[in-house]
Amino acid sequence: MSDQLLEVSDLNVVLGESHVLHDVTFGVRSGGVTALLGRNGVGKTTTMRGLLGLAPRTGTVRLAGEDVSTLLTHEIVKRGVGFVPEDREVFAGLTVQENLKLAERRGSAHHYDRVYELFPRLRERRGQRAGTLSGGEQQMLALARGLLNDNRLLLVDEPSQGLAPYLVTEFTEVLAQVTDLVTVLLVEQNLTVVRRLARDAVVLDQGRVAWTGAAADLLSDEQVTRGLLGVGVAAANQEGTS
Amino acid sequence: MTTFVLMTITGMGLAALYFLVASGLSLIFGLMHVLNFAHAAFLTLGGYTAWLVAGASGSFLLGIVVGMLVAAALGAATETGLLRRMHGDHVPQVLLTVGLLLAFTALVRAIFGSDARPMPTPAWMNQVIRVLDAPIPNSRFVLIAAAIAVWVVMTIFLTRTRYGLIVRAGVENRPMVTALGIDVRRAFTLVFALGAGLAALAGSLVAAVQGAVSPEQGMTLLIFAFIVVIIGGLGSFHGSALAALLVGLLQEYTNFYAMVGMGDLVVVLLLAGVLLTRPQGLLGRRLV
Amino acid sequence: MTSVEAATRAQEEPSSAVAGTGGPERRPVRRWVIAGVLVALAVALPYIPLRIPVLFDGPVNGPGALHLLSLMFVMAAIAMTYDLLFGYTGLLSFGHHLYVAIGMYTTVVVLGETDYGLGAALLAVLVLGLVVPLLLGSICLRVSGIAFAMVTLAFAQAGAIFVVRDPFRITGGELGLAIAYQKLPERLVGVFNAPYRYWLALALLVLVVVAVRWALSSRPGRVWPAIRDNEPRVAVLGLRPYTFKLQVFVLSSFLATLAGAVYAVVVGGAYAEVTHATFVLALLVMVVLGGTGRPYGALVGGLVYTYLVHRLGALSSAVQDLPAAVRAPLMEPLLILGTLFVLLVLFLPGGLVSLFRRPGPNVRDRLRRALRRKDAE
Repeated sequence: MSDQLLEVSDLNVVLGESHVLHDVTFGVRSGGVTALLGRNGVGKTTTMRGLLGLAPRTGTVRLAGEDVSTLLTHEIVKRGVGFVPEDREVFAGLTVQENLKLAERRGSAHHYDRVYELFPRLRERRGQRAGTLSGGEQQMLALARGLLNDNRLLLVDEPSQGLAPYLVTEFTEVLAQVTDLVTVLLVEQNLTVVRRLARDAVVLDQGRVAWTGAAADLLSDEQVTRGLLGVGVAAANQEGTS
Repeated sequence: MTTFVLMTITGMGLAALYFLVASGLSLIFGLMHVLNFAHAAFLTLGGYTAWLVAGASGSFLLGIVVGMLVAAALGAATETGLLRRMHGDHVPQVLLTVGLLLAFTALVRAIFGSDARPMPTPAWMNQVIRVLDAPIPNSRFVLIAAAIAVWVVMTIFLTRTRYGLIVRAGVENRPMVTALGIDVRRAFTLVFALGAGLAALAGSLVAAVQGAVSPEQGMTLLIFAFIVVIIGGLGSFHGSALAALLVGLLQEYTNFYAMVGMGDLVVVLLLAGVLLTRPQGLLGRRLV
Repeated sequence: MTSVEAATRAQEEPSSAVAGTGGPERRPVRRWVIAGVLVALAVALPYIPLRIPVLFDGPVNGPGALHLLSLMFVMAAIAMTYDLLFGYTGLLSFGHHLYVAIGMYTTVVVLGETDYGLGAALLAVLVLGLVVPLLLGSICLRVSGIAFAMVTLAFAQAGAIFVVRDPFRITGGELGLAIAYQKLPERLVGVFNAPYRYWLALALLVLVVVAVRWALSSRPGRVWPAIRDNEPRVAVLGLRPYTFKLQVFVLSSFLATLAGAVYAVVVGGAYAEVTHATFVLALLVMVVLGGTGRPYGALVGGLVYTYLVHRLGALSSAVQDLPAAVRAPLMEPLLILGTLFVLLVLFLPGGLVSLFRRPGPNVRDRLRRALRRKDAE
């Protein structure tokens, strides 16, 4: 258990009148990508938000052994967590540069060189308001905010959503590159991306953990993928080769 | 023509006051989603502090500065000590500021009485300069100059400083700001203190222009400042500047050319019109 | 967070629709008996020459005490109409005083400026009390949350400006207007007829209590708390929240207008203070003081608040030899009430009524609250 960077136990989230997460328990190993999977609406995004304290939660969350479940969001983030949210959530009224400047965290180096090398487009557009960027560029910016600082853990929520296929490939490669630098917890629906990146997988079903194990095992198990993800392995494999 | 010039400059003076009160309110609302009734208390506080200090020291300027500092300190204390305890529940926060306003106004009345007290305004403020033949009291120019200065300083603050960035980003999407590792509550305190300071500045200037301080001065101005905030767009700094100018001029022209009191009614109608056709306000992004 | 959710969270209690099943509806017979006894006592009060030192100057059936009680009843009635909007439906209006002012000024102006009598004045009050809220409500309710609060405040402010500037020379401006006594029934005029004005105020209060209870138990009345708790869900159920909100807005404003007419008779005129925003803030204090959205919260809050506003000064002078530094603030009841209000909001969000009645929250609410607390830490 010593290589567990993140340990989540009995995470419960209630939003309004619906109990979204039930005793969610899983771990994220140091290094590599752990994929958080499941059909739409099973609570993947809520898990991310709950980890960060952006949604009201109970249960324990340990980051590198330290209990962070009673900390406020900014205190958790300061301990080296980057967040790339589902709908990018870049600040539309701020320029690209201002968005990055805001993301600068004290006590961490700011890797503008890394970010601009991965996304040269952002350097070109740095004086432009983020609201006027294309969807792909906004996703670059969102990811760049997460890579700017020295992070131990990067929470990435559906980076491929709504992107053109060639961009999905591009982002997948970028993520593959950064896994050397930081551990990633990735929410993803696109199994091609999961196949390319993930070492471990956690599958949620109706707010509960339904399956954990190696990503390769999951993707080779027709029954599990069909039952929990609604996709047959054949389809997934086909998708992978296309 | 002469009266038109007079009306225009008087209207701009009024707009300057609205702007000083509304800009702080708008940022507070945009960032914290609090409709801050206590703003009127800071305004009154500024007026009375300026009155006390100017009376004791003979310096009106010192009075203004002390008033702003006292209000800013009290604003910061209100945010950290009281509002923060509500953990972002908006309605109780509004109720809290209502209670503070009522208690503070009563406190002022208990200490200084209900009647207006004459303000020792420097004589030069009431002297008149002729602009295109129209006699304009210097105090109007002071109002306008103060508003322009505040606009410039605030614009620099919002665009060039880290806290300015945090405020602008926070108005847009507060949770995401915290998800970048920023303690957004510090920005709350800062904005609250800043807004209170600006309200106090407006309070002492109102007292100077009207030549008196009174316990209810704050509330009257607050309602129009609310209207300006909504018309300009909640959370939009430049929106509140634009709306202040629009409301100030419209009010002054209508009061003069149509009927006294009509200007105030027209402003209310303008608000209703804006809310029904463009509920996010002139420069606002979206209404919460 | 929408304001509706915020209002719900402000309650810190399950909606009355939920709590009601185990609460006040449980023993209707006993409830009616208690209410009946209380009303009978109140009706008989002018015949009871009881003296309560400190609490009232003179006997409770003297003109002074009866006048104070009349004011308390009228304000409690107005507070209840306000709670219908704010407490039960989650509509934070800052313009409710406009309707009280309409009732007050219509009564006084019709009596003073026309040849018509009290009947016509009452008719005018009834008509305006329906038409104006229908018109303004249909506009204001197109926005919600804080914008609704602002636009209602703005319309009320327009009313205040109209009254103070007095373009048609009918409202008496800042000074206000005395009622034309000669046109009132003799019974309602003069110090010695204080009991009749007292009964009038009591009748108003009973009417408002009955009307509010009846409305809340009606079909739309059961939808109002649902709108407060979760407006989108009401819309999903196929009901149009706008219609229900307009209903409650018109009903509550209509009753407030009616109360305004009685208020005019009780205080003998119409005064510009009613049009000031401070008046609606006072209503807010009363409702929160008593407890929002609770069966008798606003009633209790209105009675207690009005009593304290009028008596705190006298109460403090009843205590001998207070130093001036203590006495001066005590003479400003709003200082104490404002502070009390702040403390209530901070520490007792359920209001005074919650001190006596604590409905047990169901499991889900308890869990939600536990989570929220955890979140807040």
